Amino acid sequence: MTAIPLGVPRRLVEFTIDGQEARVPEGSTILDACRAAGKDVPTLCQGDTLTPKNACRVCVVEVEGSRTLVPACSRRAESGMDVRTDTERARHSRRIVLELLASSVDLSTTPMVAEWIKEYDAKPDRFGPDAARLNEEPKIDNDLYVRDYDKCILCYKCVDACGDQWQNTFAISVSGRGFDARIAVEHEAPLTDSACVYCGNCIEVCPTGALSFKSEYDRRAAGNWDESAQTRTTTVCAYCGVGCNLTLHVQDNEIVKVTSPHDNPVTHGNLCIKGRFGYQHVQNRG
Amino acid sequence: MDLHFGDSKPTDDERAAVDAVFGPPESSWEGADRCDADLRWARGGREARDRRDLLLPGLHAINDRIGWISEGALDYLCRRLTVPPAEAYGVATFYAMFSVKPRPATVLHVCTDLACAAAGAPALCAGIESRLGTGSGVSVERSPCLGLCERAPAALAVRAGDPVRTAVSAPASVEAAVLAASAPDSAPEEEPAAGAVPQAGDPSLILLNRVGAVDPSSLDDYRAHGGYTALRRAFALGPAGVIREVTDSGLLGRGGAAFPTGRKWQATASQPDHPHYLVCNADESEPGTFKDRVLMEGDPYALVEAMTVAAYAVGAHKGYLYLRGEYPRALHRMQYAVDCARARGLLGDDILGQGYAFDIEIRRGAGAYICGEETALFNSIEGYRGEPRSKPPFPVERGLFGKPTVENNVETLVNVLPILTLGAPAYAAIGTPRSTGPKLFCVSGGVEHPGVYELPFGATLGELLTLAGVRENLRAVLLGGAAGGFVRPDELDIPLTFEGTREAGTTLGSGVVMAFDDTVPLPRLLLRIAEFFRDESCGQCVPCRVGTVRQEEALHRIAERTGTDAATDIALLREVGRAMRDASICGLGQTAWNAVESAIDRLGAYE
Repeated sequence: MTAIPLGVPRRLVEFTIDGQEARVPEGSTILDACRAAGKDVPTLCQGDTLTPKNACRVCVVEVEGSRTLVPACSRRAESGMDVRTDTERARHSRRIVLELLASSVDLSTTPMVAEWIKEYDAKPDRFGPDAARLNEEPKIDNDLYVRDYDKCILCYKCVDACGDQWQNTFAISVSGRGFDARIAVEHEAPLTDSACVYCGNCIEVCPTGALSFKSEYDRRAAGNWDESAQTRTTTVCAYCGVGCNLTLHVQDNEIVKVTSPHDNPVTHGNLCIKGRFGYQHVQNRG
Repeated sequence: MDLHFGDSKPTDDERAAVDAVFGPPESSWEGADRCDADLRWARGGREARDRRDLLLPGLHAINDRIGWISEGALDYLCRRLTVPPAEAYGVATFYAMFSVKPRPATVLHVCTDLACAAAGAPALCAGIESRLGTGSGVSVERSPCLGLCERAPAALAVRAGDPVRTAVSAPASVEAAVLAASAPDSAPEEEPAAGAVPQAGDPSLILLNRVGAVDPSSLDDYRAHGGYTALRRAFALGPAGVIREVTDSGLLGRGGAAFPTGRKWQATASQPDHPHYLVCNADESEPGTFKDRVLMEGDPYALVEAMTVAAYAVGAHKGYLYLRGEYPRALHRMQYAVDCARARGLLGDDILGQGYAFDIEIRRGAGAYICGEETALFNSIEGYRGEPRSKPPFPVERGLFGKPTVENNVETLVNVLPILTLGAPAYAAIGTPRSTGPKLFCVSGGVEHPGVYELPFGATLGELLTLAGVRENLRAVLLGGAAGGFVRPDELDIPLTFEGTREAGTTLGSGVVMAFDDTVPLPRLLLRIAEFFRDESCGQCVPCRVGTVRQEEALHRIAERTGTDAATDIALLREVGRAMRDASICGLGQTAWNAVESAIDRLGAYE
């Protein structure tokens, strides 16, 4: 018989979102409640497997009585709250955040952003041609990852995944301050000189494509990365007895990348180097 | 945690600097040479990791001795403290006073902030840079406000070595600043703290009455001038009684947010989780603010006593004094005062024989305005990057090391002493009903007698400026510093109270009153404020990280423009400013647009 973990029973919190009654289990965030109610609140730095960092501020909503807007991704719902997700004030901040990001970062591989920019009527070009950009070159210093920090929105997800939230390797951190802050290993060394164990869990959580598998990067560069032509097959990793689930992304009969389902109760989307990158023998047809 | 280190080794000096703080390493796990015993057991785990909060003192030790932090030194420090090198690197690069690239042993910080800029800092800087070029052995760095505004323009020389030497040159000339940098030991003595208090000797002073009157190094002198009567009264009242007095006094926080101190203390004292911590925020970095420096330099024991009272009230046995890195004299005086108080039983296990234990640890900041934000300050003490945390949870519930914490500004704490000696009713009778007590104002810029002034709440801006001898042709007054707002010369009847400034649509902030005459070009000032916020943004949230950059760019574009030529960019500034105010994580981003907005709306800049 399969045991289904039910968890600790939680009280329901009652409050309103855009005037509609909402009931969510205690401890849920406003974002959880919005999604349960079918409301679309954009998010970038929020990750389903990570503690919210609320750094991007694109999910801000208005809460009655709060001096400033609050991030839906991290603020827990409280009973009696009056949340407004689509006010002019909230939309204004989201639009500016999108403009600020799009004017400084390459968002070409960030899912959903193009639609949001249209929806919020954001005009990133209005800061002029001299607006400061990150201007980073892709760092290709190993055979497995590419770190293209020109696409980095500094969401902290890779740092959290590498650090105490998942991998406990602490190979990367945010260095510098303000606009000059970057994700880096110590002394900006190449990844090969760092504590990195190449688990790829940072790539799994990266929302913008700043971190990508070398296989994907090369195909994109060559112009033959085609997600619509890819199949995804979820299977069980054969390397050890843990039983992590792998999702094999296959294009042209080749595995082009490996991810892991985030809702898997064993791995929560995390893998090790073997599961993530140890597939070459499968397609060694020599 | 499986730490990975590179091959870089520390030099003997770097190793000695770190060992001077932590003692010699006990095993190879901590960086000593490997011996047989090390192979038989691992030292690690929670105990080893629990010393993370010593990272910042360790970085200071290296930077103080060598002048910069090399790969080998950082690796060695990480081994000693079981900290991942990537994280330590992130921390080291967060602070402006540290360098991870080689630089000369002497760094001359030349203040280019508002008061100093108005007093000729640009020419001073250019003069110094032409004298101290490459090869001079001095690195000249343009610095945000050094908190020496009453003696603008100011420069601070720091020469790495054992011990580190510092010299202040203020008011600085090219000659004097070059001397301070090239021979810090023979630079002329800084003028005493009382020099910053034009009212010194006035018997009606309450907070500043000892500044200039007591020997700041003498505990006996402090006691002879009424010191430690407040603590005795506190012990007589008991913790709940002290909180009642502070609540009844109506004391509001003086750091800028004006939160009721009694309420904060009560909320912390009633938390079931233990231990409780007290943190004194002496990271005074708001441009134009120097009151806390004057208090700490002129009357250091008062802060020691006040921290003891506060800790007693909220049930804390450990207090941290987070002192900004640019205040070497305040650091020495406070460290000496804490040591003396401990030696005399006024700190330690049994204070005044009352069976109450409390001690103070001083932690030095390293050049980051953001660390004055209360939760960023916790992260800084804990050895993380000084980035603000999201609230809730609030510090009274989960603050330093995740425990209930009271954090108060220096001036707020020092106000607790007269509350106890005068009694809450007498204290509350000072000032206005909603802003009680005396208030310190940091007056600088275009006045004859810049300095810290103590006035009861309710005095008007005009009265204060008259007292300070405001010069003619006043063009604008900046209230509250870079995060505050400008007012016009015809608004001098604004009462200097929290409610009065709020009603006038401006802010009292931390008590900065900076006067500018019409010789100071307003667009230059605004640009300096924008540069300040761009430099000091921690970079955590998008509205502030990118917004402060876009704000500065727009102000650059319109520096020479007015009217319709500037209108598009002003509209842009308003939109970005609104999003920064609404959507930034902390007060830095939320206020980064205030001063510029007030200059546009109130002063008609760019019209």
